[in-house]
Amino acid sequence: MTHGATRDPWTDRLSEYLDDELPDGERRRLEAHLAGCADCTGVLDELRWVVGRARALDDRPPASDLWPGIAAKIGAPAARRRLLFSVPQLLAAGIALMLLSGGMVWTLLHRQAATMQVAAHPPVAAPGAPTVVPVGLGGVDSATQTYDRAVADLQTVLTQGRGRLDTATVRVLEKNLKLIDRAIADARAAVRADPASAYLNQYLMRTMQRKMELLRNAAVLVSAQS
Amino acid sequence: MRTHGIGAATLEREHGIEQVESEAADVALATSGDPHAFERLYRAHVARIHSLVRRMLTEDDAEEVTQDVFVRAWQKLTTFRGESAFGTWLHRLAVNVVLARRQALGTRRGRYHADDSPLAAVPTPRRKHLELSVDFETALDRLPDGAREVFVLHDVEGYRHEEIADMLGVATGTTKSQLHRARMALRVHLER
Repeated sequence: MTHGATRDPWTDRLSEYLDDELPDGERRRLEAHLAGCADCTGVLDELRWVVGRARALDDRPPASDLWPGIAAKIGAPAARRRLLFSVPQLLAAGIALMLLSGGMVWTLLHRQAATMQVAAHPPVAAPGAPTVVPVGLGGVDSATQTYDRAVADLQTVLTQGRGRLDTATVRVLEKNLKLIDRAIADARAAVRADPASAYLNQYLMRTMQRKMELLRNAAVLVSAQS
Repeated sequence: MRTHGIGAATLEREHGIEQVESEAADVALATSGDPHAFERLYRAHVARIHSLVRRMLTEDDAEEVTQDVFVRAWQKLTTFRGESAFGTWLHRLAVNVVLARRQALGTRRGRYHADDSPLAAVPTPRRKHLELSVDFETALDRLPDGAREVFVLHDVEGYRHEEIADMLGVATGTTKSQLHRARMALRVHLER
């Protein structure tokens, strides 16, 4: 209901009403007002329409492909990320291992990390170790395949270089790999049973990341012993 | 045949699981420095990020800032620990980059003062034409900065007032009034 040139004061509360953010008392009074005010009811319908349109907006990609520019900008950092593996990063990985294995691993990794030459060689560029395999963009499971290949490559490095590591370290690494593999298998099974679970999806992602980190750090240890 | 007797829902579910595992693998690979995996993440998310940036800034700035978002994401990937979905993390990063850009451009000053005059600049196409998203987007683009920012974050992107107020450093009362202002402006122009 309009009152001459003055806007109905209830009009300014319609968005809050629409979003269900009005306190109960105000909501009831507004609903009583709406029952007798065609103007406010009309405005409310239009606001509802605006909100509906906003939620239905389609995302559209940029007119041109931005990837070449991004690739150019991340090219150098990408190379550095693979070459530089700092002692703090290794220690962080050691802590992750400790959480998984109950405490013994950190000590082992810390002792080894303290003596090795960090960044002299990229971990995945160790002799006989293929780096990450470039793949095309087609296929929804190409990333999983690439991940599996990268994991296989790193496991090859570990297999080939295990003779250079002390047996306690190898034993702990293998134990933790088994734990992580079991966790990944469990997470995959759980995601299949409940694909909508954000927690399970995130857990799967974290576990896969953890395996990559463990293998990369194992490769660093092998590389440092060579 | 493998597909014999398998319903569309099952296929869709399996496809969704593959996508989940694929993204998890790509995040793990990209975190370890694989640019190819990061490119796949870029292609999966660029439309959403570019649309967010375009709506909060301008078409002219959108491509440069979208690039900036992905470069920042690459640089910060090691800090992503999976507490949220990757898309959620990336989206929040994009909002932060956009807000920083606006601040750098000095466009935030005074945006939250009530002033209805800029609303006249919102185009006034007939309602039937607004069935096209592009017309709605044009109307959105003409909103005052503060109202547009809150409208995009709340009604398009689904953030809550508390989150928006936190991002913008204002009170929730302000974001609520800006949201209402934006909706009313769009409504007024739709009904002409």
